[in-house]
Amino acid sequence: MNRRLSLFNVTSLVIGFAFLYLPILLLVIYSFNASRLVTVWGGFSTQWYGALFRNQSLMEAAWVTLRIALLSATLATVLGTLAALALTRYGRFPGRTLFTGMVYAPMVMPEVITGLSLLLFFVAVDFDRGFWTITLAHTTLTMCFVTVVVQARLMTFDRSLEEAAMDLGAPPLRTFFSVTLPLIAPSIVAGFLLAFTLSMDDLVVASFNAGPGATTLPIKIYSQVRLGLSPEVNAASAILIGIVTLGVISATLLSKRSTLNSRRNAH
Amino acid sequence: MRRSFAPWASPDAKPLIRFENVTKRFGESVAVDHLSLNIFEGEFFCLLGPSGCGKTTLMRMLAGFETPTGGTITLAGQDLAGVPPYRRPVNMMFQSYALFPHMSVEKNIAFGLKQDGMPKGQIADRVGEMLRLVQLEKLARRYPSQLSGGQRQRVALARALARKPKVLLLDEPLGALDKKLREETQFELMDIQHDLNMTFVVVTHDQEEAMTMADRIAVMDNGRIVQVATPGEIYEQPKTRFIAEFVGDVNILESHVQGQENGLWRVKTPSAQAPLTIDDPDEVLHSGQPVAIAIRPEKMVIQRDPPGPGAINVLTGEVWDIGYLGDWTVYRVKLVTGEILRVTRANASRFVDNPIDWDEQVYVTFAPDAAVILAE
Repeated sequence: MNRRLSLFNVTSLVIGFAFLYLPILLLVIYSFNASRLVTVWGGFSTQWYGALFRNQSLMEAAWVTLRIALLSATLATVLGTLAALALTRYGRFPGRTLFTGMVYAPMVMPEVITGLSLLLFFVAVDFDRGFWTITLAHTTLTMCFVTVVVQARLMTFDRSLEEAAMDLGAPPLRTFFSVTLPLIAPSIVAGFLLAFTLSMDDLVVASFNAGPGATTLPIKIYSQVRLGLSPEVNAASAILIGIVTLGVISATLLSKRSTLNSRRNAH
Repeated sequence: MRRSFAPWASPDAKPLIRFENVTKRFGESVAVDHLSLNIFEGEFFCLLGPSGCGKTTLMRMLAGFETPTGGTITLAGQDLAGVPPYRRPVNMMFQSYALFPHMSVEKNIAFGLKQDGMPKGQIADRVGEMLRLVQLEKLARRYPSQLSGGQRQRVALARALARKPKVLLLDEPLGALDKKLREETQFELMDIQHDLNMTFVVVTHDQEEAMTMADRIAVMDNGRIVQVATPGEIYEQPKTRFIAEFVGDVNILESHVQGQENGLWRVKTPSAQAPLTIDDPDEVLHSGQPVAIAIRPEKMVIQRDPPGPGAINVLTGEVWDIGYLGDWTVYRVKLVTGEILRVTRANASRFVDNPIDWDEQVYVTFAPDAAVILAE
């Protein structure tokens, strides 16, 4: 195989990455714009970051977003891990295929439909929309991602480790906490980070289920952009991009390391 | 001192482990089929059989990982039905070793002791004792991924021994080791078992391993026990053709019983001109009955010169193949009937004048008590 990059390969790589990341890069660059006009470069400045932190309503939205992301990611991690355990451990229970499909459904369902159906549900049970409805909606949306990540790890898990723990006198629950959990922990953390970032940047599901007093950062940014571009929003978006990137990268690294470990130990 | 140890022969001895009419089914297939077996305290007991014969299932039922479909298992008089694995006074060394990868060697060994609620100081003492036993004192703080295969095997052994179980179960304990290390470890396991005076139950498919280590061997086939006996009995007095062929090498001659003379059986086989004389007084046979004559390769003599006129049990053929193994030479002799006989000869001296060569006409003889009659 030709391992060197040909001109064609380099060009397609550059165009591909430019297509994906140029708009984002532009946004980050313009967040350091000194000019008030979003589209005109007026020199480097960090003033909009300062302005952002003084902007009460944006900061409030960021705080709400963070709280929702933490809470929903925690709930999704617990539920998603349990689902992954059920799917890998209880071999062939009746309705297993249906259960698998149902767990993964939110992943492929259009977000508009997920958002709408949740909204209809909350209205039907007369649940006041706000902080809690967004949290629950995000839990529903992100749980399946945790399941996928944890399930991948459990597939390669050597069951004889658990048998060894039980053989040495540890009851099932203690076996889970002293052997199973520490070994699958990296994948659980990776799942949590994925759920967290998904919740952070979700607009569609959140806007369907938002209520008075609970506006998340993406909703806020979206509504502000409709009124006209502001450099503060650029700054807020740049920070959001940073958090999401960090989350996704660490999630990838963690789950990669966890699978590598399991493979090494299986040997 | 090992020689005098034979509790199974004494009618008063109470078995430590008792399988009574145990059956295990997985769906349609039967892994263990109405099996009864007694294992005595202090025994080094081997379950030997080809893969899929049910030996591992039998061991897993004893450890508590599988529940018998029928029958009872008792350990020291206690019925084990419904007792979960973590409450059984039995420990297991897994085939994959199953060392906890996130714990150091000493933490691995301490795991079982911690579950028993042993005070910290005592745990440290016991772990030290175990590390000395398997000679791994220097590696106490290493992690399993930093150990060689042989070292992992020792850690697994130390961990399983740490709680002083009534019975230690070993699932293919030497399967993952290379040949040289395997032989060393066999003797080490025997020494440890003898020093601790513990009951060991080993599952293996390797007959050499079973022969070397065990006080008694149970040969299993298709979920049933075919024979339980000492290694010597299994090898020299196999009960069935399956055992004769599974344990060691053997030549089988299809024959018919002619009758009994002076306590010796006369059998007719197409492979030899004259009837064979076999000394196997325990068999009860009738004339005309089809039987198989089993003779081990090392119990036959190969020679170039024709034996004297009064000689018995003479087979003739030509040398088909010669394999020189250093300590032994294997001759494959083709009989007139087309059967291939396997005859071995110990190379007791370094140089032989005019050795038997390929394609030579040879005579193979054996003593009446060298062969075993297997009724079909």
